[in-house]
Amino acid sequence: MSEKLKNKNEFDDISDSRQKHNNVNALARIDKPESENHAMESLFNSLEKINRIERFNFLSKLNFKQAKINIASKIKNLRKETRILERVWKIVELSRNENRPKTIDYINDIFSDFVELSGDRLSSDDKSITAGIGKINGKTVAVIGHNKGKDIKERIKYNFGSSNPSGFRKSRRIMELADRFNFPIITFIDTPGANPAIEAEDNGQAGAIAKNIEFMFNLRVPLIVVLIGEGGSGGALALAIGNYIMMLENATYSVISPEGCAAILWKDQTSTKQAASMLKLTAKDLLNLKVIDKIIHEPLGGAQNEPARMIKIVESNLMDALSRFENVSGEELKLERAKKYEILGFYEN
Amino acid sequence: MTDFKCKACGKMLDLDVFLKDLKVCHYCGYHYMLDAKTRIEYLVDEFTFNEITENIKAVDFLNFTDVKPYKDRITESQQKSGISEAIITGCAKIGGYETNLGVMDFMFMGGSMGSVVGEKIKQLADFTISNKFPLILVCASGGARMQEGIISLMQMAKTVSAINRVKENKIPYISVITNPTTGGVSASFATIADIIIAEPEALFCFAGPRVVKQTIKKELPSDFGLSERNLKNGQIDMIVKRKDLKEVITRLLKLFSVGQS
Repeated sequence: MSEKLKNKNEFDDISDSRQKHNNVNALARIDKPESENHAMESLFNSLEKINRIERFNFLSKLNFKQAKINIASKIKNLRKETRILERVWKIVELSRNENRPKTIDYINDIFSDFVELSGDRLSSDDKSITAGIGKINGKTVAVIGHNKGKDIKERIKYNFGSSNPSGFRKSRRIMELADRFNFPIITFIDTPGANPAIEAEDNGQAGAIAKNIEFMFNLRVPLIVVLIGEGGSGGALALAIGNYIMMLENATYSVISPEGCAAILWKDQTSTKQAASMLKLTAKDLLNLKVIDKIIHEPLGGAQNEPARMIKIVESNLMDALSRFENVSGEELKLERAKKYEILGFYEN
Repeated sequence: MTDFKCKACGKMLDLDVFLKDLKVCHYCGYHYMLDAKTRIEYLVDEFTFNEITENIKAVDFLNFTDVKPYKDRITESQQKSGISEAIITGCAKIGGYETNLGVMDFMFMGGSMGSVVGEKIKQLADFTISNKFPLILVCASGGARMQEGIISLMQMAKTVSAINRVKENKIPYISVITNPTTGGVSASFATIADIIIAEPEALFCFAGPRVVKQTIKKELPSDFGLSERNLKNGQIDMIVKRKDLKEVITRLLKLFSVGQS
């Protein structure tokens, strides 16, 4: 195929999809971030302008070939970007899917003789976090995790997995107990973030999170973290200073929700998908950034399709993870944990 | 034009008086934000501050672009503030006592904590452990730096880990909360200090007033997140006016009697 012909085909292809673009325009306005829509629109407009000029100046020696090639490649890039945005957004939605197995499901199916422990011994019992001790592979471990609930009744009971200071303090109490009796600790992370409320602030939300982080750095037992759904900011980190951190394929872990990020930086809710993609909150991204140690693959289409199988997969991964630390001393566990986090960061020196 | 209107009480302030009062309103006592350099000037003994790790600079490792590329935001902040990052760290004498000091600057990208702030605090902690002088961090921050994604969240863990080592070495750590200190900074190194001092009316909370208001869809109490409310709720040790800050810190350093020259 000659160079000329090849280009022609490429443009035919574009004008063809221009038609499609028009047809799906109404839909696209809802689906796609506004800013990106504008970009696509203006590229097509430029292309049209060039075509018009070309038509009326057919005698002129002006050559529009390069300009057209440039626009074509820009459109191609924009399409690719859109595909990435959609892929990331699908993961954000899956991570929040109501039918994914929740902390309670993992606890019920994996740990035998589980006994739930309640209360922070200071003020109350925060239901957004379930904590207790149980057995896995014949060994006693402490288990702590956020609850989200499956239906609206449960969700309200668990406050949508948004914890108060008393929830973090309850967790710390159970961690202390585990540390004293040399029980490894397993945490399940699934929270939109710590509860933003007046009472939470009055009870020292910031300090409760910070104190938990500090406490985990002093543990002399292994702490295994499994990110099973949404890993929302400080509320997630408050249970997640691990020796080994595993993340489900469609879970997310982020400094801020895509919605919150879009509202603050773009000042615009239509940029939510773009924010999600920029934040690099998927398991793949986090493995690349060395924030997690392992991705746990989910059944086809997501954990919600085969919850029982998902739980089995997590169980076997937990057993593997625990066996890694069987012969590691408490002091070493503590030092390794500190080192793991203190090297994180990118800067110029 | 040496007069201006106080943004808190609306009274006319004389600039000379305002500066003499360390940028506090003569009438209503409102404490204006300080940039890091001015804070250091007000707090430490003259000519005793020696900066460390001044060459650590931010990089845009995620290629983060919102309405503006992160790269441009860094450059703009550096030009506007005249400092390289949202914290200046070093050692200094306060009331004759040797200290290790970190001062955050809200004017630099809202004092947000990214890799550089995390690394500078970590190195200051290492420095502290080597010289055993007390550690003082003056906080002013909107929280974690979103442009560094999850790595900014990890700086909460990193700074807490580093300061945990300082505390293990039984070296006193004082944090000074200034307006505003929220989000990732309030939920990490700011709140694990041996002593927490706050300036009057400083906003010190995890979730900011806007977020809380949006979530609960109710008006917030007028003192939401402020030092006075935090003191009442047992979240801080004391509220100290800017003019007394140096004296109070000196008294504490004397009581801990470490690093006396």
